[in-house]
Amino acid sequence: MQGLSPAEWEVLLLSLKVSGVAIAAVLPLAFGLAWMLARWRFPGKVVLDAVVHLPLVLPPVVTGWLLLLTFGTNAPVGRFFADTIGLTFLFRWTGAALAAAVMALPLMVRAMRLSLEAVDRRLESAARTLGAGPWRTFMTVTLPLAMPGILAGLVLGLARSVGEFGATITFASNIPGETQTLPLAIYSALQLPGSELQIARLAGLSVLLSVGALVLSEWLSRRSGHGRGRHVL
Amino acid sequence: MEGAAMSFDIAITLQRGDTRLAYTFSAGPGLTALFGPSGAGKTSLLDAVAGLVRPVDGHITVSGTPLFDRQQRINLKPEKRRCGYVFQDLRLFPHRSVRDNLLYGWKRVAADGRWLSIDVALDLLGIGHLLDRMPATLSGGEAQRVAIGRALLSAPRFLLMDEPLASVDADRREEILRLIERIRDELRLPILYVSHDRAEVERLAQQIIPVEPIQASA
Repeated sequence: MQGLSPAEWEVLLLSLKVSGVAIAAVLPLAFGLAWMLARWRFPGKVVLDAVVHLPLVLPPVVTGWLLLLTFGTNAPVGRFFADTIGLTFLFRWTGAALAAAVMALPLMVRAMRLSLEAVDRRLESAARTLGAGPWRTFMTVTLPLAMPGILAGLVLGLARSVGEFGATITFASNIPGETQTLPLAIYSALQLPGSELQIARLAGLSVLLSVGALVLSEWLSRRSGHGRGRHVL
Repeated sequence: MEGAAMSFDIAITLQRGDTRLAYTFSAGPGLTALFGPSGAGKTSLLDAVAGLVRPVDGHITVSGTPLFDRQQRINLKPEKRRCGYVFQDLRLFPHRSVRDNLLYGWKRVAADGRWLSIDVALDLLGIGHLLDRMPATLSGGEAQRVAIGRALLSAPRFLLMDEPLASVDADRREEILRLIERIRDELRLPILYVSHDRAEVERLAQQIIPVEPIQASA
């Protein structure tokens, strides 16, 4: 097998950039939402829970269309981002990242919420009686105990964002070098006769990327669990 | 009353479900046993002294220091109360070694506030050989001694012990009982001790407080 062609490198690096930025940007939001849903009681919690899960159950095309309505050039939220920090999404890689982030969010929130709910609150109160304030308790007890689930959420989100297709092509379109990530490149190649080899190579890249993410997360979780057999998935 | 402060001076009302329960007692130095049937709220009482449960009314004073006083709006956070709480379910941190568990509270005390050295504690409790083990690998008696050690090393001003023999095998009970007697006699900490076992309480306690909460009107 030959090395990657410049076009393939472009697709791969764009995919990594889109997914990496998407997950890095959405991680704090996902953790915050998971914390709220796991620990807080407030009116409207059911509604928030449902909204977070919408991208999981909606057809991705509909999510993409909703993103167009919300973040389009003339939509209020889109206009706000354009005016305040000069950030636009339409037909740009930032749009692909936004679509990937929105699609990854529910999976990340689910995994993190479950792991936070599984943390024994009695251990946190023990830490408090031993002189640790709320923040220290969070850093030394809650976070390490929830870490496998947080990493699981990261990997699920990463896998989902790398594979994101429907919302991306609807919202950010399929522009080579700008929004054409791996799945979109495979889709485009499928439209051309005689590109079987190219499709196979791109599909192989997707598999490598996914397996790589899985191995990375397993390694991270073993490190955080000091090799005591805690698994991410 | 002026003069020597009682070790524990407690008059609180706790909300438990739909009912409010009132507890009132004061106790002198040494080991004070709270004795009563299961469900009388003995653990809730210890939780209130530790600051983990907030009473709806009343005051908690330990050795002259107010920890909670609703009228004066005093409610110290648990981490400021300097209590050594030995929980009935131990609550050792499962992701940390015995050493890290023992040092968890110790590291959070200023050097001049520590009154027990690690060597003395390890010697007293006989747990020096367990330092590198993880809590899940300990026997009931070992885990109990580590839990007591973790509480003592946090340099507490008083101890709360909730059924410390609950997770100990019958043939290890005597060992833990002797340990508690040594803590009582050598460290001279005020101890609030919860148990439902009359023989245990009569052996250990200077003072026995029957816990029979009085239903307070809401």
